[in-house]
Amino acid sequence: MAMKVELPQKGFNFENFQRNAVLADKGYKAPKVTKTGTTICGCLYKDGLVLGADTRATEGPIVADKNCEKIHYLAPNMYCCGAGTAADCDHTTHLIESKLELHRLQTGRPSRVSTALTMLKQMLFRYQGQIGCALVLGGFDVNGPHLYTIYPHGSTDKLPYVTMGSGSLAAMAVFESRWRKDMEREEAAELVKDAISAGIFNDLGSGSNVDVCIITADGVDYRRGYDKPNQRGVKEQSYKFAKGTTAILTEDIRQFVDVVEGDAMDIS
Amino acid sequence: MPITHEYQSASPVKAPVEHRFSPYTDNGGTALAVAGEDFCVVAGDTRQSEGYHINSRYQPKVFQLSNGSVLATGGMYADAVTLVKRLEQRLEWYYHQHEKKMSVDALAQMLSVILYHKRFFPYYVWNTLGGIDGNGKGCVFSYDPVGNYEKHHWNCTGSAGHLIQPFLDNQIGFKHMQGIQRRFLTPEEVVRIVKDSFTSATERDIYTGDYVEIFIVTAGGIDVQRVPLKRD
Amino acid sequence: MDHFPGNWGQPRSRDDHVFSSTDYFPGHNAYDVGSRAASGPAQRTQQPMVTGTSVLGITFKDGIMLAADTLASYGSLARFRDVQRIIKVGDSTLIGASGEVADFQYIEHILETLTIQEYDHDDGQKLSPRHIYEYLSRVMYGRRSNFNPLWNSLIVGGVKDGDRFLGFVDLQGTTYQSSTIATGYGAYIGQPLLRKAVEGREDELTEEEARKVLEDVMRVLFYRDARSLNKIQIATVTAAGSKITEPYELQTEWAFAEGVRGYGA
Repeated sequence: MAMKVELPQKGFNFENFQRNAVLADKGYKAPKVTKTGTTICGCLYKDGLVLGADTRATEGPIVADKNCEKIHYLAPNMYCCGAGTAADCDHTTHLIESKLELHRLQTGRPSRVSTALTMLKQMLFRYQGQIGCALVLGGFDVNGPHLYTIYPHGSTDKLPYVTMGSGSLAAMAVFESRWRKDMEREEAAELVKDAISAGIFNDLGSGSNVDVCIITADGVDYRRGYDKPNQRGVKEQSYKFAKGTTAILTEDIRQFVDVVEGDAMDIS
Repeated sequence: MPITHEYQSASPVKAPVEHRFSPYTDNGGTALAVAGEDFCVVAGDTRQSEGYHINSRYQPKVFQLSNGSVLATGGMYADAVTLVKRLEQRLEWYYHQHEKKMSVDALAQMLSVILYHKRFFPYYVWNTLGGIDGNGKGCVFSYDPVGNYEKHHWNCTGSAGHLIQPFLDNQIGFKHMQGIQRRFLTPEEVVRIVKDSFTSATERDIYTGDYVEIFIVTAGGIDVQRVPLKRD
Repeated sequence: MDHFPGNWGQPRSRDDHVFSSTDYFPGHNAYDVGSRAASGPAQRTQQPMVTGTSVLGITFKDGIMLAADTLASYGSLARFRDVQRIIKVGDSTLIGASGEVADFQYIEHILETLTIQEYDHDDGQKLSPRHIYEYLSRVMYGRRSNFNPLWNSLIVGGVKDGDRFLGFVDLQGTTYQSSTIATGYGAYIGQPLLRKAVEGREDELTEEEARKVLEDVMRVLFYRDARSLNKIQIATVTAAGSKITEPYELQTEWAFAEGVRGYGA
């Protein structure tokens, strides 16, 4: 007897909205989402493109992660920077990474950036902005280097230089004053580093280190920690506690096994 | 600066939107004070921010008052500046009337009364007052925006106040430790702990950073140290 | 005919045949009064109508330099394109304002009154930048405390007896001083560039370098601030006195647009 397979319902599942509303009425506050504050950017140069990101993840005013990775792998020739809700960026990029790999197996060709773009934008649009991902997608495919931005509601732009996140205005200021067509590799990497640094030092939602990813026809140069201008200084003193500082209130030692002399365990 | 939109009518049609002006804002920052046996250390970071933006990397919010005490403020900078002006006025009148400087204990109570006077349009300031009391001992008073105050041996306030307070409870108050010799710390030891408090707070609180100004108040006067912090 | 775009498309909660709609001013139409009376007490809280965007200020070797464009916007309309948003007060102070232009004109008026009063004192004292800054901060804070703010963000800059001063005060009375200050969108787009160029070099930056920095930042603001204009004025104050240039246009580059085609595949 064949099992009836239930196809997943299309469109956004609004079931939990009612439950959330009931909980809110009862006084339960929604959990604070880890956002990434963030400065991410990308720019085209002579031989390809450079992506950049800061590494601070915030939970309200608190820094949740001082060195998180915001440049996500999508394909051997494609990376995606993510701003917005951290979980959304992670899961969305992982999902599209998987879909791209299956697609590569099916087509037998390297992935094109526009494929990833279309997959991402169609998914985000279907969720009507409820998935808080603002992405900078960059890659080098058979048609050359491509750089896109994708907004949480699903709109996209194809541009030579882009920035996203709370530090995007600071980074864009640097790009607008110094970007030009057909830069050399080192110049482009420095420009991206300076743009992210502008976000790191002037935007409170961004901070810590600069990650850079250079993508060309020859491959990807992923430089985690390309610049680390915010190392923690040496502390004034050590706060090591002597043994016995923490009071032991009760002690309960149970013997679960009897240790007996015997043959060694056979682990062949 | 927040602008809230409020819909006036309950009808399905949108009614005119009303922009409400908020007189309050939060300029962030952290401050703390520790009382020693015959000294008091008051410290605060110097970053002034608004939302995600940094207004200034050096706009001190710890003020030396003319009677020898030090007031650390947190919250809204405009209110803090106005409050300090009022306090200085009262300190000056007191000095001319009584021919002596106002004591820290008297100032502490007066500050509470001044804050409560604006109970229904408060100064949006979290104050911490530090100084040397009448017996030559260090003292710390902490306030809420409407004037409730309490004397402490140490206190932290501001955006990273809750991060630093347990650290000071343990290191200054020797709480939750056994087999430890509880004692008064020297000014140098306190300053080291204060510096580490601020560098740690800077790591985890986005509103704290740039510089920390540390005031060491003794019977002989006030020493000031400015230590740079991370600027990200 | 209703001239105010903000009322177009709004629900018709009024009687056309009773009131005539020749009013330009939003919030002051006869209909608004009618519907507002039913909806609560009178308020003095405002929204700004005719506004100026960013003002920038930096410290350089010999003094202070301010920059602002000459646009006053009416919402999204670029209504008045030749407005002076930086003024001189005495010989040693400059004030630049963003926000409501009417409120800035009022500030200009009260500063003139102040200047006349000081002149009448006839005691050889002149108002310094710090005095004007203190006075303005108190005025702004006072108005905020009465829920009737002057809806501006002001930059006060000046040089007196070798002392360079650059300060900010806004509609809530928030004040701060820094070697680089920017209001409005300038704070987000301009400050990072200003800080990079000026921080640490306040005593070495020459007048030409300062001017170039400000022009570059005003250009970037024109590219990215949707309520800005490329017609700007630069104001300088040094020990020798203050001067404000005539408005001039910035050159901009749009050639990159040729390469932008489509938005996706």
